Amino acid sequence: MGTSVKDIVIPSNAPKSLLLLKHADYIVSYGEKKDDYEYVMTEYLRMNGMYWGLTSLALVGHLDKMNRSEVIEFVLKCQQDCGGFSCSIGHDPHLLSTLSAIQILTLYDAVESVNTDAVVRWIKSLQQTDGSFYGDKWGEVDTRFSFCAVACLALLGRLDEINVDKAVEFVVSCMNFDGAFGCRPGSESHSGQVYCCVGMLSLAGRLHHVNADQLGWWLCERQLPSGGLNGRPEKLPDVCYSWWVLASLKIIGRLHWIDKNKLVEFILACQDEETGGFADRPGDMVDPFHTLFGLAGLSLLGDTTVKAVNPVLCMPEELLKKSKIQFQYL
Amino acid sequence: MSECNVDDAASNEAWVPFKDRPEWRDLKPIPQDDGPDPVVQIAYSEQFREVYDYFRAIIAADEKSERALSLTKEAAELNPANYSVWNYRRNILQELNKDLKEELKYISQVIEDNPKNYQVWHHRRVIVEWLEDVTDELKFTEKILKEDAKNYHAWQHRQWCIQQFSLWDQELDYVDRLLKEDLRNNSAWNQRHFIIKNTTGYTDEIIKKELKYSQDFIRKAPNNESAWNYMKGVLQERKLFDFPGVLEFCHELYSKQIRSPFLIACMIDCYEEMLELGKPKKEETLQKATQLCNELAEEHDTLRREYWQYIARSLASKYGADVSGDS
Ligand SMILES: [Zn+2]
Repeated sequence: MGTSVKDIVIPSNAPKSLLLLKHADYIVSYGEKKDDYEYVMTEYLRMNGMYWGLTSLALVGHLDKMNRSEVIEFVLKCQQDCGGFSCSIGHDPHLLSTLSAIQILTLYDAVESVNTDAVVRWIKSLQQTDGSFYGDKWGEVDTRFSFCAVACLALLGRLDEINVDKAVEFVVSCMNFDGAFGCRPGSESHSGQVYCCVGMLSLAGRLHHVNADQLGWWLCERQLPSGGLNGRPEKLPDVCYSWWVLASLKIIGRLHWIDKNKLVEFILACQDEETGGFADRPGDMVDPFHTLFGLAGLSLLGDTTVKAVNPVLCMPEELLKKSKIQFQYL
Repeated sequence: MSECNVDDAASNEAWVPFKDRPEWRDLKPIPQDDGPDPVVQIAYSEQFREVYDYFRAIIAADEKSERALSLTKEAAELNPANYSVWNYRRNILQELNKDLKEELKYISQVIEDNPKNYQVWHHRRVIVEWLEDVTDELKFTEKILKEDAKNYHAWQHRQWCIQQFSLWDQELDYVDRLLKEDLRNNSAWNQRHFIIKNTTGYTDEIIKKELKYSQDFIRKAPNNESAWNYMKGVLQERKLFDFPGVLEFCHELYSKQIRSPFLIACMIDCYEEMLELGKPKKEETLQKATQLCNELAEEHDTLRREYWQYIARSLASKYGADVSGDS
């Protein structure tokens, strides 16, 4: 058995500089292609997709390219009687789409245009006695939903409405022997879940529960020789995982532990020079999800042509500065 | 936070348009409301459009019928990630009091075709919960894990079943088989920890057994992150020195010219513990640990140079002053 590592090789002709304007064009044209198969197939992700696209535009300073009132109108139509938001008109409410909705409204400084009391009531109703959160009435439990609930309430300035102690207790119970986190107690560590747990603890001001040196090492072990980061041992590197790992490291004050230059090189190589946008890996198809996390990653790595991004909420920092949200960092 | 990929819808050649189905004549389809921007010419497949137009109409009419049930099947086949379809399907299943065993068979097929989809696994979990019957679950997840031994959803479901229905007995054997097939399977190592923690717990006796178990695997592949993490996890609540042999084990590998960063990291941990416990020869121990950190930073793990330099610095600041006082 050798010591070979699952990884990719960056092609020599891959992009080496940031194609800032192309990405704005890509996002704008994606929203216009409503006849595309891909667009229709992702209806169940529409609210998340709009958050990815709009935040990408905001990070490159082109939020004005989208029609503010149309977006807000769409979000309003997705608020259900129970208070939660669905991913699209006529779908069921879910915490994942609710966080995206609140983030979009925050981007546009329009949170007050929805019934915030109803959202808060609905989120409260999803908390269980062990502190965990259901994603919707069907009862799936996942630390992603703990993050969504706490992030929504923080954005609404209503964090005190839930039992934060219990919520923290549940998230901490998902910490594993390797120092990282999974989606339920005993679930395998996964960098997407680490991001949610660390982000949640930051908003709750309870990062002292984290063993920052051990977790930091696990996170920086995610970097592969290509420079990209993976989500778990023996998995391929991916732009979105690069963001989850990077943001988590930033929150626990250990971003400098990875090789930044190599990661920048990897993320830049995932751009499509013709269409704009980022893919998961060099040469793959681009999409708005990886485009946001590519841009946000570069921002955390110090690229000043992209606006400063907040590592906990993945939104422009300048926008959150105006709010009263408390972020804890180590 | 969300799936990376969107699965392609299955093509279905024998599909009959709804306008040619007499049993649907009474229902008026509702087109998709696309949100912002004026709706442009819709060019995606006629089938997709029609199925979802009728699905919207069914929901709007709150119709829970046999034809609605079969419509959700068509809609799910075209886009199994659409959670609203599954939610509504479950509403119908309850209302019509359908045979849930049949549903389990059906969702098995869907999961086999879409094993990395959150919604289909969630549907399965709810059905198993309703049935309170877990007979097929271990076999089923095993089948899925045979295709992809690290499928996160399959492991989630398996852990839920094991915990909910106390199926602990055979699980360590299964994990053992998986690790023999692929000793880098991090999911299997995690499962091993999950099982032991929830059954016997890590008693002294079990720890000794598990140290040997993981060390045997490490000898076969010394750069296996998962096995090293597991070995250290076993000792999480204890001291490395409560179980002599860890540092000796490391020395054995090191003397064979093995320079895996995980091996060296474990040696550094041992030295750090010795310093922490105030063992004799402080100065020498600190020097050894620092030397190893430098080796990693400069040679064996340059990608993480900053990390190893940090470890060296923090050891020096914690134990360095004391050492100079000693001498
Ligand atoms: Zn990805």
